[in-house]
Amino acid sequence: MTQTCLTFRDLTLGYNSHPAIHHLDGTIRKGSLTAVVGANGSGKSTLMKGIVGVLKPMAGEVVRAPGVRAAYLPQQSELDRSFPARVLDLVSLGLWPRRGLLGRHTKEDRESVSQALMAVGLGGFEKRPIDTLSGGQLQRTLFARVLLQDADLILLDEPFNAVDAKTVGDLIALIKRWHGEERTILVVVHDLELVRQNFPETLLLARQPVAWGETRETLKPENLLRARRFHEAWEENAPWCEPDGHAHGETHDHIHHDHPHGHDYDHHHGAGPRAA
Amino acid sequence: MEMLYGLFIAPFADFGFMQRALFGSLMLSLGACPIGVFLMLRRMSLSGDAMAHAILPGAAAGFLFYGLEILPMTIGGLLAGIIVALGAGAVSRFTVQREDASMAAFYLISLAIGVLMVSIRGSSVDLMHVLFGTVLALNNEALILIGGIVVVTLASLAIFWRALVAECLDPLFLRSVSRLGSPVHFIFLGLVVLNLVGGFQALGTLLSVGLMMLPAAAARFWTARVEPMCVLAVLIGFASCVAGLLLSYHASLPSGPAIILSAGVVYFASILLGTRGILRARIIHHRHRTA
Repeated sequence: MTQTCLTFRDLTLGYNSHPAIHHLDGTIRKGSLTAVVGANGSGKSTLMKGIVGVLKPMAGEVVRAPGVRAAYLPQQSELDRSFPARVLDLVSLGLWPRRGLLGRHTKEDRESVSQALMAVGLGGFEKRPIDTLSGGQLQRTLFARVLLQDADLILLDEPFNAVDAKTVGDLIALIKRWHGEERTILVVVHDLELVRQNFPETLLLARQPVAWGETRETLKPENLLRARRFHEAWEENAPWCEPDGHAHGETHDHIHHDHPHGHDYDHHHGAGPRAA
Repeated sequence: MEMLYGLFIAPFADFGFMQRALFGSLMLSLGACPIGVFLMLRRMSLSGDAMAHAILPGAAAGFLFYGLEILPMTIGGLLAGIIVALGAGAVSRFTVQREDASMAAFYLISLAIGVLMVSIRGSSVDLMHVLFGTVLALNNEALILIGGIVVVTLASLAIFWRALVAECLDPLFLRSVSRLGSPVHFIFLGLVVLNLVGGFQALGTLLSVGLMMLPAAAARFWTARVEPMCVLAVLIGFASCVAGLLLSYHASLPSGPAIILSAGVVYFASILLGTRGILRARIIHHRHRTA
């Protein structure tokens, strides 16, 4: 049996008691490269926040395999660009998992910072103040920080926004390198063509998983159509989701399957509202 | 030579109270100026001011029960400051309200209580003392207190430096790799309160925030990195203390405002002349490079 990196158990995440991810069950295999796709508001970023732990679940849980360290590139970084820091200082934050609060940054550490910058095509940018970077350069800088974090689980939330085509190619190459190093990677992407070409597995979300498995299967027209019909808005007086309203048996199949491919969620969820 | 000695050295060499004032204010700068740099970088410059007001009811309570004694007033100020800092910090961390609004609410309530308490017993002279302090009357107790505060401040900064910088630069990242985010924020607020309380005996609650913020604001015009900024702020603080005390000695001016105004002069000079100031940006840098 392949090892699992992440397990979702009846996971519900959201804001103000409205779910953005609703009763998600399933697993992410160690070393897998998964694209997370879906319409605006379908819960992609929320899922990322839930996995990294900055958003606490309203119900259920996310279980990381023991010893798995995550690196997270958020869609909307809370980075303060007016802070007087250089590219070097920003990327060096990625040494935190290795050096922590008090560990000294060694010569090798500084070396690895330079190498990380080189890998994203920003060699020689060490001394640049961060407020002089362009949007795409900043994104690559943050990629370099992820690189430096040397994490087993890498979560990238729309990393290709505001990035030119050449750089997208570079970043994809970097992601593939990570994939080759047996790291587990989840990437939120909007460009379906990019997904078809580069990502073996895909999770199609519309608050609940519409389809999840091999990319070619998942991105079939009928699945995409169902994902598109997803109703984005909250309903202010949507009925409360009762714990009994969903039986456990119908959703946790995914866990018990040894092979991660080819699941179709049709028979689990249907398209209609599950909260009764 | 003789004249220079008379102007700059003699006041400190000849008078014990001037030595104490110098020693106390230099120590204060050592702790308060780096704290001011971080307050400024976190866009909390006015929070320092709010905190200074918030300390008042605690100091007033100490004054009410024990008269003009440094220890009860300090402990009272510390307690009031910590309650306001923690309260405002918690409201902003755990509710939708931002820190500026919660801080304003807490300090206004605190200030009203403080003024009420002082007016119950004291005259306006006492109130002036609490608000504006007397650097020229620092006793041993006060110096020891300031020394302790400086040691605690510098030690905390040294230990939590990396977390503090990360919390300012990219708080979401810090949350994703460590649980230190919230604790560091509260430790920092604690240090702000500590340094304001340390300053209030010497400079008063209102002016101690001046020694915290003005050197930091001035240093911003000279460098684009945090470490040099802190060092520079401390040096500007030192210079302001020396200049302010000399000014107050020679011209018989109140010492607290003289120190703060000296820092104010440095601030205005920095706006104009700093490497990131107006003149450089507007006049000297009209040329540009090819790439």
